[in-house]
Amino acid sequence: MKVTVDGIEVEVPPGSNVLQACEAAGKEVPRFCYHERLSVAGNCRMCLVEIEKAPPKPFASCAYPAADGMVVHTDSPMVRAARRGVMEFLLINHPLDCPICDQGGECDLQDQAVGYGMDHSRYAENKRAVRDKDLGPLVKTVMTRCIHCTRCIRFSTEIAGVPELGATARGENMEVGTYVEKALSSELSGNLIDICPVGALTSKPYAFVARPWELTKTDSIDVMDAVGAAIRVDTRGPEVLRILPRLNEDVNEEWLADKSRFAIDGLRRRRLDHPWVRQGGKLVKATWNEAFDAIRNRLTGLDGTKIGAISGDLCDVESMVALRDLMVALGSPNLDCRQDGAALDASRRDFYTFNSTIAGIEEADALLLIGTNPRIEAPLINARLRKRWLQGEIPVALIGEAADLTYKVEMLENRPSTLAAIAAGTHPFAAVLKAAKKPMLILGQAALTRPDGAAVLAQAWALAASCGMLTPDWHGFNVLHTAAARVGGLDVGFLPGVGGRDAAAMLAGGVDALWLLGADEADVTKLPASTFVIYQGHHGDRGAARADVILPGCAYTEKEGTWVNTEGRVQRGQRAGDPPGQAREDWAILRAASAVLGRTLPYDTVAALRCSVETRHPVLRNLDILPRSGCSDTSGPASRGTLSDAPFCAAISNYYMTDPISRASATMAACTEAHSGKAMAAE
Amino acid sequence: MSEPATFAFDAESEVKITKILAKYPSGRQASAVLPLLDLAQRQMGRLTGSAWVPRVAMDVIAARLGMAPIRVYEVATFYFMFNTKPIGKYHLQVCTTTPCWLRGSDEVTAACRRATGIKGWRETSEDELFTMTEVECLGACVNAPILQVDDDFYEDMDAAKTEALIEALRRGEKPKPGSMAGRQGSAPEGGPTTLLDVPAE
Repeated sequence: MKVTVDGIEVEVPPGSNVLQACEAAGKEVPRFCYHERLSVAGNCRMCLVEIEKAPPKPFASCAYPAADGMVVHTDSPMVRAARRGVMEFLLINHPLDCPICDQGGECDLQDQAVGYGMDHSRYAENKRAVRDKDLGPLVKTVMTRCIHCTRCIRFSTEIAGVPELGATARGENMEVGTYVEKALSSELSGNLIDICPVGALTSKPYAFVARPWELTKTDSIDVMDAVGAAIRVDTRGPEVLRILPRLNEDVNEEWLADKSRFAIDGLRRRRLDHPWVRQGGKLVKATWNEAFDAIRNRLTGLDGTKIGAISGDLCDVESMVALRDLMVALGSPNLDCRQDGAALDASRRDFYTFNSTIAGIEEADALLLIGTNPRIEAPLINARLRKRWLQGEIPVALIGEAADLTYKVEMLENRPSTLAAIAAGTHPFAAVLKAAKKPMLILGQAALTRPDGAAVLAQAWALAASCGMLTPDWHGFNVLHTAAARVGGLDVGFLPGVGGRDAAAMLAGGVDALWLLGADEADVTKLPASTFVIYQGHHGDRGAARADVILPGCAYTEKEGTWVNTEGRVQRGQRAGDPPGQAREDWAILRAASAVLGRTLPYDTVAALRCSVETRHPVLRNLDILPRSGCSDTSGPASRGTLSDAPFCAAISNYYMTDPISRASATMAACTEAHSGKAMAAE
Repeated sequence: MSEPATFAFDAESEVKITKILAKYPSGRQASAVLPLLDLAQRQMGRLTGSAWVPRVAMDVIAARLGMAPIRVYEVATFYFMFNTKPIGKYHLQVCTTTPCWLRGSDEVTAACRRATGIKGWRETSEDELFTMTEVECLGACVNAPILQVDDDFYEDMDAAKTEALIEALRRGEKPKPGSMAGRQGSAPEGGPTTLLDVPAE
């Protein structure tokens, strides 16, 4: 289809609207209600254009289909007058409180009023006032500023799948809200702040904190779950003031989950800002030298097999490699990056990654969820699953705890034996999967952290193989991780060596000295009192409480590091701010400790370390690019033990608190309270 | 009257619901939201004397029709005819659009106020018998001014007739709706004025 916009001829695909044709021609069309990822409402009337050989009136370009040979004008006198009129109407009731509005400086209405509006008002009447709504601890409302574009209503209904926002009453009395006062029950509610074109919905924790032009913007990667969403970290001085999503069509599109966006106040609280050493049973402030001396005194003479290391859920690849190298130098085979004891098989990469890829979800035509609640474990992947489901209802079945996933799910019997029945073809859902062209399964961590995790993994693979999920051009076997560090740890082999102990054995007292690299979810309560614990990390959380020596490290916004998401996508986070006090980058701490221990690691810069990592693990060279591949070898992971009969339970009980940063966050605590209170009221 | 804790359609309403839902193809049951809201309001009027739709009733309708509750709230608050707050036993709806206003709707309104003690629009009298609402054109302009009580039009009103009507309602009587000036339908007052030369057959 050829469309001419302001004399520029462009080719647009059939089904495009006039606004898309104008954008293809590089013409700016102002808009409030139109959003690429939402349904078309056509109610703000800002995107008016003139179309030749059509009725002589302005057309809302977002709601008007483009046709072959159409001639469009975006800047004719009629269009300009019409837009000025629309803007004047929008401003009848919109308050001119930009100086006290948090949207100021990044407001569509402000920008477009300057670009397309009049220079004065002709209204002396009072503006209408609307009572503010309480949407919970994350989204602040100033409803008087609302221009009724209904983007938030469409987002919550369509993308988030929680139809709770609506427009009640009509005309002058129309209000956007929930009608019943309640916190939005979505893990994606922060995106309402981004899509609101005015200052009606703004960030509650960020209220009156900063102006956009004061902020330094750093592109980085989120680590609060294993999705690896692209983020922009906004800082002023050393402080991270807010986190916004960046566009990455392959991962998060333009959305971001609430924990990733709002847990940042946890970066300022309960931080470890200098080393500590336990003396006489109490932790005492120390210098770096004193801390390293304490480690040297304890480790010197200790056999390598009596030393162990466990890495946590937020670690970057570089620090895990540095710790592994140090352990190898000390002669220790006791390494584990699976602090929850998940029975992940690292012998082949597709045994532990999300092979269909997140974008590939949109091609799948049948889905089996096993021991997972993607809405809580990875809200953005769940949003993608919902998007696929909305494109055409695909059969979705769940073997696991019942939950509202925002799409229709068939509940299968919650027993591992159901897996075997589907694999054997005796279960009715097997026929559904076999009839599908691109069936996929998602295996959650709750299914792998059980005693029979290895057997579940092998059984799930066997199911995938028998139901046509593993073909040369489609890989439907997917492991959904909850920890940002996990795939990276498995990639670099942060796992027990020959004769080495795994996390459970180390935590049961299998080693005399244990190095915890940000491992706060490991159960340290069973450690004998004699075990010497070194905690290296950024928060005074569970690991630090048990530690004999604390080495203060950097949180993810304070260091440059590599993370590998659940798909196996290698991404690099950037340093946005400085760590507090004497805290240092984690790889540098390990490099310094290695020198004190007489086992100096062979790299002096992060670049040298990264070079060493990429030489040994070539898979980590493919930064940001993830070639999708089918499954060429259907032989599965080794099975150990037998399937038990216990039902699968949830991997995460409280979405808002899963790691040291979110546990330290007051905002996340408020969310926990708001949502647990609601759950209780519902019962 | 406050928000009830629960709501359920009674047997009488259920019979009607079955008929209503049968009108829509399967999968399109949400189309029945308007008739069901109306039914809920009438049931409330029948059982409690106040014809309104409490929130729990909207939730029941949402569950019944497979809709998100907010979608029902949107519909119920959009239409003026659904009362989302309790009202009096009799709903006095005064038309104040131009033809009725020219024919004296101001006097009708003033009479309503005098007779019930209500001060403003959308208010309920202290005895909870009357709620007075201003409505737009009721489409019966030839018999203006109109006072609609619940579903019935009382036409050709004036102050005295309004006060008499309200007193009758207060006594529990139900005057016959239609023209209060005694004309048939909207025929001229005092008998026909045209076609007088047509012989009767």
